[in-house]
Amino acid sequence: MTEIPPSSGKKLGLVIDLDTCVGCQACATNCKQWNAGGHLAPLPDMKPYSAGAEGVWFNRVHSYEAGEGAEGRTVHFPRSCLHCETPACVTVCPTGASYKRAEDGIVLVNTDTCIGCGLCAWACPYGARELDEDEGVMKKCTLCVDRIYNETIPEAQRKPACVITCPVGARHFGDLGDPGSDVSQLVAARGGFDLMPEMGYAPTNKYLPPRRPMAPNPNPPAEAEPTPLDLKNPLLRWLDRALSR
Amino acid sequence: MNPAPSIVFFTTASGAGYGLLFWLGVLRPLRLLPASPSFALLALAIALLLITAGLASSLLHLGRPERAWRALSQWRSSWLSREGVAAIATYVPAGIMGLALLADRPGLATVAGMAAAIGAAVTVWCTGMIYASLKTVRQWHHPSVAPGYLLFAGFTGAMLLAAIGALAGRPVVPAMLSILLAIGALAAKRSYWKAMDAPKPAAAPTLESATGLGFIGRTRPLDPPHTEQNWLLREMGFRLARKHREKLRNLVILGFVATIPLALLAMIIGGPFGALLMVLAALAALAAMLAERWLMFAEATHTVTLYYNGES
Repeated sequence: MTEIPPSSGKKLGLVIDLDTCVGCQACATNCKQWNAGGHLAPLPDMKPYSAGAEGVWFNRVHSYEAGEGAEGRTVHFPRSCLHCETPACVTVCPTGASYKRAEDGIVLVNTDTCIGCGLCAWACPYGARELDEDEGVMKKCTLCVDRIYNETIPEAQRKPACVITCPVGARHFGDLGDPGSDVSQLVAARGGFDLMPEMGYAPTNKYLPPRRPMAPNPNPPAEAEPTPLDLKNPLLRWLDRALSR
Repeated sequence: MNPAPSIVFFTTASGAGYGLLFWLGVLRPLRLLPASPSFALLALAIALLLITAGLASSLLHLGRPERAWRALSQWRSSWLSREGVAAIATYVPAGIMGLALLADRPGLATVAGMAAAIGAAVTVWCTGMIYASLKTVRQWHHPSVAPGYLLFAGFTGAMLLAAIGALAGRPVVPAMLSILLAIGALAAKRSYWKAMDAPKPAAAPTLESATGLGFIGRTRPLDPPHTEQNWLLREMGFRLARKHREKLRNLVILGFVATIPLALLAMIIGGPFGALLMVLAALAALAAMLAERWLMFAEATHTVTLYYNGES
């Protein structure tokens, strides 16, 4: 059923820190690696060894410049499904293949019933869905539903592939419906925000803003002069004494 | 947005077919059309042929056409599903109308024809709402889009009915109707284009709101996430039309305008030559509709392109 189910209160999602992301593409790469064999596998690659290589990825890392001059900065920006609370990609689906799970809010596609009409991708403002042109069905981020509940892997690894691989800890996973969870606390402390809030789809995933660069100290300390004790070299110590007279 | 030929053909052909079915069902009980059952049967056959060809073409757009029947299930939330249900439901009264005409049951044919007219209007409305309900595409999420689908279906349908009427020697009512609708279509299209060419509303999404980086300052793309194409860019980043916008718009206007003198002349001349002119007018209307539908897709921009080129 493509109507949005009543929420259980649990909203699993990601918090992405734009301050620490270095744009290394590890999240995108590990996502592709895991999901090529995961819940919505395979993820096709067309012409992988020649010009025009392209394929389905659930996570794409853009880089932007924001602001001008000394205030300006480069921001790396991973873009993936935000598992919205009121996702239009679900309600437009004519077959019921696109659905939102009541128990944890994850938005998924049933590739056995998807007809590949592409309307859900048209309805998503974030470009989170990509058509698998090999299989003729829609594919999207699963929030690694096959990792986070997977009791056959060590508990510490029961997180989305993008989170576990991030070398700078810029990606966090947890329950954003619980105000006491680590991710909710982080969002509250850092002023996490929604992407395109004006579209009204209430994304679950939050982004943390880049911190403002520290203002330069208006009264920088004068360079400290070396004391005789700093000068280990006897020749320099004599020179310092001679010149200081 | 990518103007997939299967969808451009579908909305043009089915739109004209449903328009024809609508006017046939409405005008026939008012005795404004040739009375013979053979005329109604011919018009009904052409309408159903166009509708069926269009629907078949729309299946080509699917990644898995063999599962198309599943699209009938989610009519509670999905306009695409509603369109499918309405399209199939409309075959029932249309089919009954055909059988009643064959069996010489004029009362039943009239009732079934009116039911088919309602079905046709509902189906075209659903088609329009598929596009009009998408907030992600500013050019589609506009109050004139769904009524426009009705208007253009009505125009091309009336034009076809006039052409079939001319072949039967009585085209005046549908021809006058099509002239009125042509003027309406021209006015609607011009006011729509004017609204689209106006500066974007301040509330429209920007790269700053899409990334949340507006608090730092103006935001622009630096490095793309991939250097080759992907499906998103081919489907939603189609840009060719904006380059040829003016020429294509003029072509649409020319096609709509041309139907008016052609239809008038056809009515004045009458006879086989007049019928030929009326058929030409209908073909001009359909050709202009194809161009209009192509532009409707090709001029539309999707918010995902904000992430790629900072514009939408």
